[in-house]
Amino acid sequence: MTPFTTVTGIAAPLPTPNIDTDVIMPKQFLKRIDREGLAIGAFHDLRFDATGVERPEFILNQHPYRAAKFLICGDNFGCGSSREYAVWGLLQIGIRAIIAPSIAGIFFGNCEKNGLLAITLPKSDVALLLSRAVGRDTCTMEINLKAEMIKADGLAMPFKINQNRKQLLLAGADHIQRTLDMSPQIQTYEKDQHRTRPWFWNRPSA
Amino acid sequence: MSLTLYEKLVHQHVVAEIDAEHVLLYVDFHIMNEYTSPQAFAGLHAAGRSVRRPEAHLAVVDHVNPTRPIRSLHEIADAGGRLQIETLTQNCSRHGIQLFDLFDPRQGIEHVVVPENGFAWPGMVIACGDSHTTTYGAFGALAFGIGTSEIEHILATQTLVYKTLKPMLVEVDGVLPFGVTAKDIVMAFVADVGAAGASGYAVEFTGTTVSALSVEARMTLCNMAVEAGARAALIAPDRRVFDYLADRPHAPKPEDLEVAKAHWRSLQSDPDAQFARIVQLNAADIAPLVTWGTSPDQSVPITSAIPEPVSEADERALAYMGLSAGQNLTDIRIDRAFIGSCTNARIEDLRKAARILDGRRIADGVTAIVVPGSKQVRRAAEAEGLDQIFRQAGFEWRGSGCSMCLAMNDDVALDGERCASSTNRNFEGRQGRGARTHLMSPEMVAAAALIGKLSDVREIMEAAL
Ligand code: SF4
Repeated sequence: MTPFTTVTGIAAPLPTPNIDTDVIMPKQFLKRIDREGLAIGAFHDLRFDATGVERPEFILNQHPYRAAKFLICGDNFGCGSSREYAVWGLLQIGIRAIIAPSIAGIFFGNCEKNGLLAITLPKSDVALLLSRAVGRDTCTMEINLKAEMIKADGLAMPFKINQNRKQLLLAGADHIQRTLDMSPQIQTYEKDQHRTRPWFWNRPSA
Repeated sequence: MSLTLYEKLVHQHVVAEIDAEHVLLYVDFHIMNEYTSPQAFAGLHAAGRSVRRPEAHLAVVDHVNPTRPIRSLHEIADAGGRLQIETLTQNCSRHGIQLFDLFDPRQGIEHVVVPENGFAWPGMVIACGDSHTTTYGAFGALAFGIGTSEIEHILATQTLVYKTLKPMLVEVDGVLPFGVTAKDIVMAFVADVGAAGASGYAVEFTGTTVSALSVEARMTLCNMAVEAGARAALIAPDRRVFDYLADRPHAPKPEDLEVAKAHWRSLQSDPDAQFARIVQLNAADIAPLVTWGTSPDQSVPITSAIPEPVSEADERALAYMGLSAGQNLTDIRIDRAFIGSCTNARIEDLRKAARILDGRRIADGVTAIVVPGSKQVRRAAEAEGLDQIFRQAGFEWRGSGCSMCLAMNDDVALDGERCASSTNRNFEGRQGRGARTHLMSPEMVAAAALIGKLSDVREIMEAAL
């Protein structure tokens, strides 16, 4: 996983609320057993018309947003299906951070596992960032995770993040290894549950 | 200390505290499908890790399979879907994980199969790489959807790093009016709080209306709570749940049942437990609902007109749906009718829809299919003759799977086609690129199919009285 430290890039405005994972990664791209080849799928039906031609009106098809690294989004971004393909696809088109007033739960978790920084901010703060993102001259931003700070044209906006998540993102760490290091505690829990709720351990098999 | 049901379930599964927001949560049971699990196994293999408790997992093929009869996987034309099914089969056999494959008599949509076989019990933590895992909250289980990285995490550790939620109480009281169903209750809840209204919350449904619901109807309620952003939905387990579980093949063994039930009875919110938010709904105020937009919270009673747009998102939704404000819902023609999905394809759903269709014919020009939630549901329906009612009415009687709920197989609505659907998501493109989905109860889908337009099922029910 690529660590997230300080990233500078274009922020694209995507203020429509409830952008769901069916829109972020339509079903026809989900028929695979690996995580590759998903760049074409990201926002596919917004980016391309039915004949595969780019839709010029979609923000990520416009200069300079084609190179966007951040998305400034509306409420409830990433709602819907649990498909992690949505996050993989965003990363593959170069998105490193999502900023929104609220981000749907499963999607939020998926972001964090893949090093995609998900930031929630009050609506008024997101509106300020949006006002910069819509301007072609003001849409470049810097996100410094260590300092928990977003810098945009004339703005220095602090954000908050859970410290554990922050460390994992900064290090690009392996989440599973960290839990495996707690195996003795898992074993203790299992022994305990075996004693207090023995029927959980006496399940009928097929 | 007074605790909510949600808090009790979390406390009983804490392996370790991680920080003020996160715990390491033990997962008692985990379900996988073919489309969100392959990369999890690949990750596990790449890291040289093993599955900690193979017996605590179940895999089901449901999302990509065709619903027309096939005898072997070779008949699946779609190579990607076939590869996912084959990969799941290999992964399960490599790790000794139980699989209900396409040819298993228990195959079906995971959230239909799990309860009907008795895998979901009160007091469990259940996870699955699918957002509608909240369904099992109907049993008093803490159940939620996860992503692929989390699937890998559970395979390796049987735990999750879990962000705790705030408890929300949703009280629904009173007798449900004629023609109103659990689907309408949950759609009313989603419309009331909004598509993100329960984001960050675990919802507990309570009240006299909820207690009076069958266990299957409770599953509908918990299933669709995720459309309000809830990561968990719960109903305190009661007698109906205990009775439902009796004799299911994977329910607790008879010798364990009494001690298990003693625990199950404790799974209630304490009388003075604190909820972060309380929402009250009056059953008498709920009418059969239909969505008009592209988010599940955009619904109105069937007797209304399309509302005036109040945001750009509303305007966009109307444009996508090809509708305009002021149009009566009952004037809107449909091309397709779909009865299926983990929300509404259980035997009770099929019975209720069949009652509407019995002795009638669907309108000309409507393509209608029924996709039973599982093979067991399909067989039960056939034993009751429901398949004949559907067929004679002009519905196609299909095999089980997710089908047109997400249209990953070949059951797809075409660009611009309008579908009355008993599913849970009306997102843009969900049932096919450019397809227009109207969510409603299965009874309402049946009514729409008969009339050829969105229709008030109560009129058909009344005429039959
Ligand atoms: S029926 Fe629909 S919502 Fe349910 S698991 Fe399948 S695709 Fe998901």
